[in-house]
Amino acid sequence: MSAFGESFRTAVTLVLEADPVLLRTVGLSLAVSATACAVAAGLGLAAGAWLAVTAFPGRRALVAALNTLLALPSVVVGLVVYLLLSRSGPLGAWGILFTPSAMVIAQTVLVLPVIAALSRQLVADSLRDGGDQLRSMGARPVTAALLMLLHERWAVATILLTAFGRAISEVGAVMIVGGNIDGVTRVITTSIALETSKGDLPLALALGLVLLAIVGAINALIGVAQRVQGPALAGAR
Amino acid sequence: MPILSLRDVGVHFGSVTALRNVALNVHRGDFVALIGANGSGKTTLLQTLHGLVPHTGTRTVDDARGARQVMVFQRPFVLRLSVWNNLRLALWLAGVPAPERTERALQALHRAGLTALRERPARALSGGQQQRLALARAWAVRPDVLFLDEPTANLDPSAKKEVEAMLSAFALEGMTLVMSTHNLGQAKRLATRVVYLDQGIIRADLPTARFFHEHLDERAELFLKGDLKWDV
Repeated sequence: MSAFGESFRTAVTLVLEADPVLLRTVGLSLAVSATACAVAAGLGLAAGAWLAVTAFPGRRALVAALNTLLALPSVVVGLVVYLLLSRSGPLGAWGILFTPSAMVIAQTVLVLPVIAALSRQLVADSLRDGGDQLRSMGARPVTAALLMLLHERWAVATILLTAFGRAISEVGAVMIVGGNIDGVTRVITTSIALETSKGDLPLALALGLVLLAIVGAINALIGVAQRVQGPALAGAR
Repeated sequence: MPILSLRDVGVHFGSVTALRNVALNVHRGDFVALIGANGSGKTTLLQTLHGLVPHTGTRTVDDARGARQVMVFQRPFVLRLSVWNNLRLALWLAGVPAPERTERALQALHRAGLTALRERPARALSGGQQQRLALARAWAVRPDVLFLDEPTANLDPSAKKEVEAMLSAFALEGMTLVMSTHNLGQAKRLATRVVYLDQGIIRADLPTARFFHEHLDERAELFLKGDLKWDV
C-alpha cells in the first residue's frame, strides 16, 4: 500500500514539477505511438474496408490470419523488424536501427492487424445493415465500405484508441529496435522496465500511472467529442 | 417495350427457393403493387428487379429509359450524418454534377417537408421523418424507376398519409414505381397494377380494378379475405 502511495506521490510530483526527463520521455512515447497509429490507420482502415467487400480465393484464410495476428507478440515484431533493419538485414542500408523511426516501424507492424481486422469486421457488420441501400444509390463496393467507415466513425475512433493503447503500452518491440537509449529512444515503457530492473519501483509505478493517465485522457477526449457531436445518435441507433 | 423485364427468373438462398419461374414486365409510368403473405417473395422480387440479388433466368433493363433505379427499404438506412449531408451524398453517388447538388437537395428537402430539419442528425429523426428523408433522397436523383419495400409498414396513420401523398405525386410526375405492401387499401388507392405472389410464384398480375373485382385463384381469394393459413 505504501509503495502505491509513494508511487502516486512521485507521479504527481513529476507531473507538477514538469520534470524535463519525464516530459521528453512522454513526448517521445506519444510521438512514436501516434505516428505509428497514423500510418497503420491509413493502411489498416483501407485494408479492412477492402477486405470487407472483396471476394478472392484465399480471402477466408487471409481474414483468419489477420485475426490471428491480433495476438501478435510485440517481442516477435521487435525481433523481425530488428532482423530487417540490422546492418546485415535487407533494410540495413537505411541505417535507422536504434532510432525512433525504427520504433515507429515496429509499432506500425504491431497495430496494423488490429486496425485492419477490427475495421473489416465493423464494415462487414454495417454493410449487412445498409449495404443494399448504398448499392441501390449507386455506391460501388469499396465506396460503400469507405462510407461505412464514415458512418461508424466513433467506432473507428475506438478502434484507433485500442491500437494506440496497444502501441504506447508495449515494451518488447521498442526495446529491441530502439535500444532504450537515454534521450534518444527511451519511452515510458522502456523506462518502466529499466527502473524496475534498477529496483526503483516507485518511479516505475509512477511512470505507469502517467501512461495510464495519458490513455485515459485521450479516451475522455473521444467521449467528450462523441457527446458534443451526437447526443441524439446514441438513442437513434 | 418494358423498361424492366424478368423472364423465367429464379432466386435461391441455399436450399430455399425464394422465387421461381417469375416473368414480369414493368412499363414506364406503371405503379405496381406487389402483394402477398409474409415470406411470399415480395422483397426478393423487388431486389431482383433492382439487380441486387443473384438469380437465374433473364433480367432485362431498357437502358435508354430505365437506367436510373433507386430503392427505398422498409427500414430506411440513413447515414450518421445530417439530413442535408445524406441528401448531398445521395446526389454525389448518383453522379449528379456538383453545381446541381445544392439546388436539388434544397428541392428535395422542401418536397419532403424537411427544410426545418436540414441540420438535424438523420438518425435522430422519427421513423416517419426518416422514411420521408429516404423518399426525398430517392426523388432527388430523379430515378426512372423507384422500388419501395413496404414504405409505410412501421408508420403511424398520419405519417402513412404523408408518405402516400408523396408517392401519388411521384406517380403523377410520371415516375415508375414498384412497391411491396401488405396494405390492400393502399394498393387499391395507389397502384395501377397489382401482382400477387405466393410461395415465390406470381399467381396474378392484373390492373388494380380487375384484381379486386375479378375471380382469382383460390389462394389469392383466401389471401384477400385474410383466410390464407400459414401452414397451407
